[in-house]
Amino acid sequence: MATSSTDTTPDADAVPAPRRKFRWGQILVLAALLALLGLVAFQMSRIGPLAAGQVGAGEAAPEFTLQTFDGPAVTLADLRGQVVVVNFWASWCKPCEEEAAALQSTSQKYADQGVVFLGVAYVDTEPESRAFLDRFAITYPNGPDLRTDISHRYRVRGVPETFVVDQTGTVRKLFVGPTNGDALSAAIDQLLTE
Amino acid sequence: MRARWLWVFLLLLALLAALVSVAEGAPPAQAGTPPAVTDDQVNAVAKGLYCPVCENTPLDVCPTLACIQWRATIREKLAAGWTTQQINDYFVAQYGERVLARPSGRGLNVLVWVIPPLVILAGVALLWRFLLPMVRKPAPAAAPLPAAAARDASADEYAQRLEAELRKRI
Repeated sequence: MATSSTDTTPDADAVPAPRRKFRWGQILVLAALLALLGLVAFQMSRIGPLAAGQVGAGEAAPEFTLQTFDGPAVTLADLRGQVVVVNFWASWCKPCEEEAAALQSTSQKYADQGVVFLGVAYVDTEPESRAFLDRFAITYPNGPDLRTDISHRYRVRGVPETFVVDQTGTVRKLFVGPTNGDALSAAIDQLLTE
Repeated sequence: MRARWLWVFLLLLALLAALVSVAEGAPPAQAGTPPAVTDDQVNAVAKGLYCPVCENTPLDVCPTLACIQWRATIREKLAAGWTTQQINDYFVAQYGERVLARPSGRGLNVLVWVIPPLVILAGVALLWRFLLPMVRKPAPAAAPLPAAAARDASADEYAQRLEAELRKRI
């Protein structure tokens, strides 16, 4: 059963396999593909479905400037040291109507304690937004979410959503759906007493 | 001759009556009144827009309140004499580029226009590179089976005897 030496010895005359050529074209195509995928992933992570959930408690509140309907622009960074309540709403949103009166009364309740309320009208038309504000006699600053930039930054999934930002610019409480005066007051009181 | 003039007169009278009736049926034109905007005109513009709230539903067929408000805005702008481009620009300024059914070729949006042709070209190149040679390559000739070769009639003793016997009897 012993095998002859010729069975196991490599064939001395065998032609070695040709070495694969270094192909610049393939490398360029691969690099371009990877760059493209990276670009798409970056864009999706910024605003797309890969963006991680909502901005939640403990995260830094994304900066924004709100051009109000009636006057000056309000920049969140300028409100450091104050508690800020950022409410996303729309005139076409029925749950927003449920909370509108509570937001207005709560804003009045804390007006002399430096708490700032800001309303961001999400995907709304200006005449309807103004009519909504008039209907609920809302007096705190409100403005349109131009180019839906602010809602993107806050990764808003729908309206209404309300973010309570503390004096250091950190989101401390998020209300998804309509909030009420008691819950909002409790969140604000906690920040005022810290 | 007189009858001929009578016919011409009656014809003119009929034309005049028709003109008067048309003028009475038409709405009175008032100075300063914006022209009426039809639903078709509104929908022609709305077809090119998507409300971010109702993803994948064109604005012209979207039944939500938000979209109804948007169509009202389009009607208002058309009545004010805005062009489709101006209205699109307004909606982009208000709500961002994602409202456009046909993204512009600016910024990263250019990928939407560039990638599909590139993918198609790459697909054609792959087919050309790998599929065409397969089609052109002739099929290798079938090698004779060893068993068949062994049964070759000329080399088979029994077949030769059989052939000889058959020839005797025919």
